[in-house]
Amino acid sequence: MSDASTPASVAETKQALAAASYLADESAALVSFLAQRLGKPVLVEGPAGVGKTELAKALSRASGRELVRLQCYEGLDEAKALYEWNYRKQLLRIQAGGESGWEEVHDDIFDKEFLLERPLMQAIASPEPVVLLIDEIDKTDQEFEAMLLELLSDFQITIPELGQISATTMPIVVLTSNDSRELTEALKRRCLYLWLDYPGVEREMEIVHLHAPDLPETLARRLVEVIQMVRALDLKKPPSIAESIDWARTLLLMGAEDIDRETFEQSMSIIVKHRTDIDLVAERVGVKLSSPTQTAG
Amino acid sequence: MGASPYGPKADAGPPGLTAKLLGFCEELREEGVAVGTSEILDAFAALEQVPWTSQDDFREALAATIAKSQEDRRLFELLFERWFFRATEAEAVERGIGEGEQRQEGGERLDIDELREQIRQAIVEGNDGEMRDLARLAIAAFGRQGEGSGVVGVDVQRIRRTLGLSTGAQQSSEDGAAELPPLDREDLSRFERHLRRELERNLIERTETLPPSRPLAELDRALPTSPTQDLAAVHRAVSQMKRRLATLGHEQRGRRKGRAVDVRRTMRASLETGGVPMHLRYRPKRPRRPEIYVLCDVSTSVTSASVFFLSVLHALHDSFRKLRSFVFIERISEVTEIFEHERDFREIAKRVSSEGGVADVSGYTDYGRVWLEFLTEISDDLDPRSTVIVLGDARTNGREPHAEVFAQVAERAGRLFWLNPEPKLYWNYGDSVMAAYERYCDGAFECWTTRHLENFVNVVAGGTPRD
Repeated sequence: MSDASTPASVAETKQALAAASYLADESAALVSFLAQRLGKPVLVEGPAGVGKTELAKALSRASGRELVRLQCYEGLDEAKALYEWNYRKQLLRIQAGGESGWEEVHDDIFDKEFLLERPLMQAIASPEPVVLLIDEIDKTDQEFEAMLLELLSDFQITIPELGQISATTMPIVVLTSNDSRELTEALKRRCLYLWLDYPGVEREMEIVHLHAPDLPETLARRLVEVIQMVRALDLKKPPSIAESIDWARTLLLMGAEDIDRETFEQSMSIIVKHRTDIDLVAERVGVKLSSPTQTAG
Repeated sequence: MGASPYGPKADAGPPGLTAKLLGFCEELREEGVAVGTSEILDAFAALEQVPWTSQDDFREALAATIAKSQEDRRLFELLFERWFFRATEAEAVERGIGEGEQRQEGGERLDIDELREQIRQAIVEGNDGEMRDLARLAIAAFGRQGEGSGVVGVDVQRIRRTLGLSTGAQQSSEDGAAELPPLDREDLSRFERHLRRELERNLIERTETLPPSRPLAELDRALPTSPTQDLAAVHRAVSQMKRRLATLGHEQRGRRKGRAVDVRRTMRASLETGGVPMHLRYRPKRPRRPEIYVLCDVSTSVTSASVFFLSVLHALHDSFRKLRSFVFIERISEVTEIFEHERDFREIAKRVSSEGGVADVSGYTDYGRVWLEFLTEISDDLDPRSTVIVLGDARTNGREPHAEVFAQVAERAGRLFWLNPEPKLYWNYGDSVMAAYERYCDGAFECWTTRHLENFVNVVAGGTPRD
């Protein structure tokens, strides 16, 4: 089952992910490792913006596999997720082959050639092993979840006209959920479970450093501390990791040397994106920062 | 030792990791974590992949395969600690391994003041290994003073007081000397856990018995329900209800009107006739989701039931997309958004009470006014496929019940159910006007436990509402 690219240990997985510029914590590295060794799908849950989707992308980079992504939304159905018959092409085939017999045409038009592969099908049928990302599974209906079960447990899809199509290579499957609704037991049973949360100060500093290497150490620490302070408030949308990185880059562009009240107020909109949130943050965090006169001198 | 006052000698159970793990899973199940056979198989497969010497990897691998939600994960952590601690201790007792006098050794070198400083340091730094060692020293030092009561909980508190550790709130400068900075509550409780653990270890070693294992206290689990109600059970009953409601009353839907031709399927079907679309195919009529309106009384007269009602609402929101919920006392207020954006039950309960805005000047329910407001606000949205569920005691506090307005609501809605938190015996006594409303309902049920809720679901599914 394990091919050559499977990592041998948790540490190796962690390194590979780090090389793909994703700093995984212990549990994320372990679950990714298990997913590759056991060939089981991973269900990743956590608040928005902690790097759930990024984990899948990093896995694809680290393992050198192609990423196949299925973005879920309400009303997503089989035709858009699995496969569909290309009826235009089927029509053409019928009209083109004028004198061939019915049996022949019938067999012909339900061939793989006339199948439009949608992401799930694509992941299964791919000759190269892939990483399949099913993003925001909680946005779909429960019926769709049920449809996924065959795929997730046996890595196969049943098409009435063709029969079963089984995966030739074992894809790494990552499902993400924002926990906006409870997923079914059946789905959870087939997956490994990983809860991602906002990182601690040290880890977030490493992440910021990885993505904005020019930012001085002291400023990075200050930035992360402020971000953590903001997250501790009861906001509509707390700043994500991606937003701390954006903010770090902005500070670099601004040439800021310290986060004082003025810099903070100028660049606050990068991390807080809600009218009411902005007021709250300015009121609670802004005042804690030193005013520019003290530092600029 | 002979017969010990603490019960029979510790039993390590059948040997081997497999038995231990199965025992652990069994204990998780008893605490309400759904651990299936497939999960256990996964766990074993996962454990083969990680080095068993690393405790973190071992625990994470188990958690990833067994605990499939945050709530489960929390229980998992609590039980993991306890189970493997007990397993180790049981094994140690059976084999007669003890630390004996060795553990006293460090205690003699240190005096309390020095120890106090070090412990403070370790707590602030959050260094677990250090804390554990210091906890053992503290116990040893404490033991020499001969104040040990032998009861773990009491000893923990005594040691903590002797060491002058507090969260700062009741920091009294009795000797006026040390103005110590207060400690973080979280950190302090971590140190207390170490203390407790080491004290338990001592006790087990002394008595060579394990204390009986108890189910986790309700407080530990912190489930957001009153003790008699089980949130999970409410969720189960509601998901059952969802299936039943979804398949009921479809015959009332419109006929052929407005059917849309499905071009793709028509073309596809036309393949049989050589590409000439002879048979029109229509888009399948999707079964419409039921639209549900829930009105929930949150006044003081139903205080005991309102936690239950709110958890019913919470569960309903998990199952239905088209659900609008309202709370009312004197007036009515829509709380759909709170439920949609908040997953944590306690948070919901807090926000409903703070932002519900039900204008309870007097705190007394005014059903008549509620119907009037509901009708003016919502009546346009009500249609034959909507279901209205009222959760309330129908006690009007002597105000006008406006049953005729309620009748209008009932007429517009497809179905209307009433769940009353009072036993049927009390209906229509005092200021309860249940009878006035009941005749317009498709069903009225007493409902204050999950059993009643299940009963309600069953009656609804049976399709024999009382008229």
